[in-house]
Amino acid sequence: MTSALGKDLLALEPLSSGQIRLILDTAEPFKEISERAIKKVPALRGQTIVNLFFEASTRTRISFEFAEKRLSADTVNVAASGSSVSKGETLVDTARNLEAMRIDMVVIRHSASGAAQFLAERIESNVINAGDGTHEHPTQGLLDLLTLRDHFGTLAGKRVCICGDVLHSRVARSNIWGLKKMGVEVAVCGPRSLLPNAISEFGVTVFNRIEEAIEWADALNILRLQLERMTAGYIPSLREYNRVFGVTRERMDRAQRDILILHPGPMNRGVEIDSDVADGDNSVILEQVTNGVAIRMAVLYLLAGGRPELAEAAKHGGER
Amino acid sequence: MLLAEGRISRLGGEIAAPEEATIIDCGGAVVAPGFIDVHVHLREPGREDVETIKSGARAAAAGGFTAVCAMPNTDPVTDNQAAVGFIIRQASRAGGARVYPIGAVSVGQKGETLAEFGEMVSAGAVAMSDDGHPVASAHLMRAALEYARAFGIPVIDHCEEPTLSKGGSMNEGLVSARLGLKGIPSEAEEIMVIRDILLARRTGGHVHLAHMSTRGSVELIRWGKERGINVTAEVCPHHLTLTDTAVEGYFTNAKMNPPLRSAADVQALREAVADGTIDMIVSDHAPHHYDEKEREFADAPNGIVGLETALGVLLTELVEPGLLDLPALVELMACAPARVFKLPGGVLTEKAPADVTVFDPEREWTVDPSKFLSKGRNTPFAGKVLRGRAICTVVGGEVVHRLDS
Repeated sequence: MTSALGKDLLALEPLSSGQIRLILDTAEPFKEISERAIKKVPALRGQTIVNLFFEASTRTRISFEFAEKRLSADTVNVAASGSSVSKGETLVDTARNLEAMRIDMVVIRHSASGAAQFLAERIESNVINAGDGTHEHPTQGLLDLLTLRDHFGTLAGKRVCICGDVLHSRVARSNIWGLKKMGVEVAVCGPRSLLPNAISEFGVTVFNRIEEAIEWADALNILRLQLERMTAGYIPSLREYNRVFGVTRERMDRAQRDILILHPGPMNRGVEIDSDVADGDNSVILEQVTNGVAIRMAVLYLLAGGRPELAEAAKHGGER
Repeated sequence: MLLAEGRISRLGGEIAAPEEATIIDCGGAVVAPGFIDVHVHLREPGREDVETIKSGARAAAAGGFTAVCAMPNTDPVTDNQAAVGFIIRQASRAGGARVYPIGAVSVGQKGETLAEFGEMVSAGAVAMSDDGHPVASAHLMRAALEYARAFGIPVIDHCEEPTLSKGGSMNEGLVSARLGLKGIPSEAEEIMVIRDILLARRTGGHVHLAHMSTRGSVELIRWGKERGINVTAEVCPHHLTLTDTAVEGYFTNAKMNPPLRSAADVQALREAVADGTIDMIVSDHAPHHYDEKEREFADAPNGIVGLETALGVLLTELVEPGLLDLPALVELMACAPARVFKLPGGVLTEKAPADVTVFDPEREWTVDPSKFLSKGRNTPFAGKVLRGRAICTVVGGEVVHRLDS
């Protein structure tokens, strides 16, 4: 059965606003399951899911695994090291071997942009992109949207600025597409050497200075600065980055209104974000993590052919 | 036209055919001097599983080419007279298009020390190039241009500033930003184009710029030619017809270096072949094994096959819409390459070599890579309906390809 999302979830760019809303709405009833003493419903009982992580990941992998287990799926985790991948097996062979074991879904994290699509085109199982290179990280984009919607009530007309290394960020791309489709005004702010040269063609506002972004925004989504960007010659130093582009307590104190603070993690405290801000009253960083499980449950449920109107019933152990 | 003893013996008017002559009826077709592709990769020695001199020479003949120049990025690199001699010997037994070797500019194509141009030219090399790699050192490029003057051969450069292109796998622009692929900016090519033109001016050497892909390069070549600098240039059919949107979906058969660029670049390149700024069209035929392209985009190798599609693509996309007339196409594919590289052929005159291409500009066909004579199947034109195809290729008076036979 083809789901309302199609076979796979590879990116937010090709989704409609209706499909995004469907995922967010489906996540709502699943939030409650994680609050129970017995955090399990049988919605995906009998489904086999492989978490194929070619790149190190802690929170995304654990979040997916919890989502799968809370829906009663059978899961296997494959990490690149110690698997046949480290023995030089190609992605296409890995895919064929998994398919031969008659699995239902693959969650893939890979360092190459397009890897999830590559896999999806070659196997019949549903494929969920858990981050491909510098392309997209759609479930992160969705959980950011859910967190913003929880606080704002409605997304349309709000202003969100994505701050930092947009050039190398899959989180940034998924956020830009997801936010724009939901009617959010989107801006980016960061050193020009870490923004794509073609950024203005994305239909976003570009701020050169973080002070301008703070002045403008209702929420800041602050990206992790990979420490290797300095050695690769994109920025002079982490110290200067914090002084010029860091979201600091002083800068936030000058803001005229409350600004929601998001961060996909893991944080470099004292670089892109100060601890005072990360742990402050307006930070929703841990809510993002909580919402991540609900979003991933919703995506798994929908791709497995689950009917959105039955998500509430599925919560109580009903049919898919 | 009467061909005898490997040469054109009589031309025009009523010719009485000798009794033993084979008569080829070319009614409705165009008879042209044999096409010459000065930029192909035949993979032998080293990767005979991907292409051999024999399969490449036959693919060339099937595409209407009577001669090709083989790039030296083989394994081992064609950087000495023995390696050049090996290619000449293999080519003599191939039974397709003529194959002229190109020698490496530097030993091992490492960009450090000059290879032995003189000995390679004596053995039959017609030009020098480190193609596949840029000559990163301006000093080495200068020395190559100066040293090559003694032998009257061009130095072909693959223009790519390596620190700008590092890690890139497609054109830098909106598409690369959306797909999350590291881009190669136009300037990576243009910086080396102007460097090479300036070095040609300084040295008086002949620089030939390989596979031009950007509008800026066209402007710089025009600048150089206006000043009488000894620069020539080539362009590939794919850069004249496709843009970086072909990469959408991480399509590895649209991955090559230089990458497919923007519509504005395509437009500028089309104008440049029409006005003579770019001298010739080459295929940059680069076969790869199918499973080498069947992988993550950034890790897939660069290059596409082109010998068997070049003519059809150009007739369909440039000649048919009126951007180029047939004499201009023949100039770009036969006359100019022969003249610039000082190769036999390129003309249809009495006593000229009997290298002839006959093509039917109306002939419709669908590109089916499984029918290629090349071992390579990697083409972005698969499934495309083209109008125009070589129907007979004659090399030295021998028919080396005949469609429908």
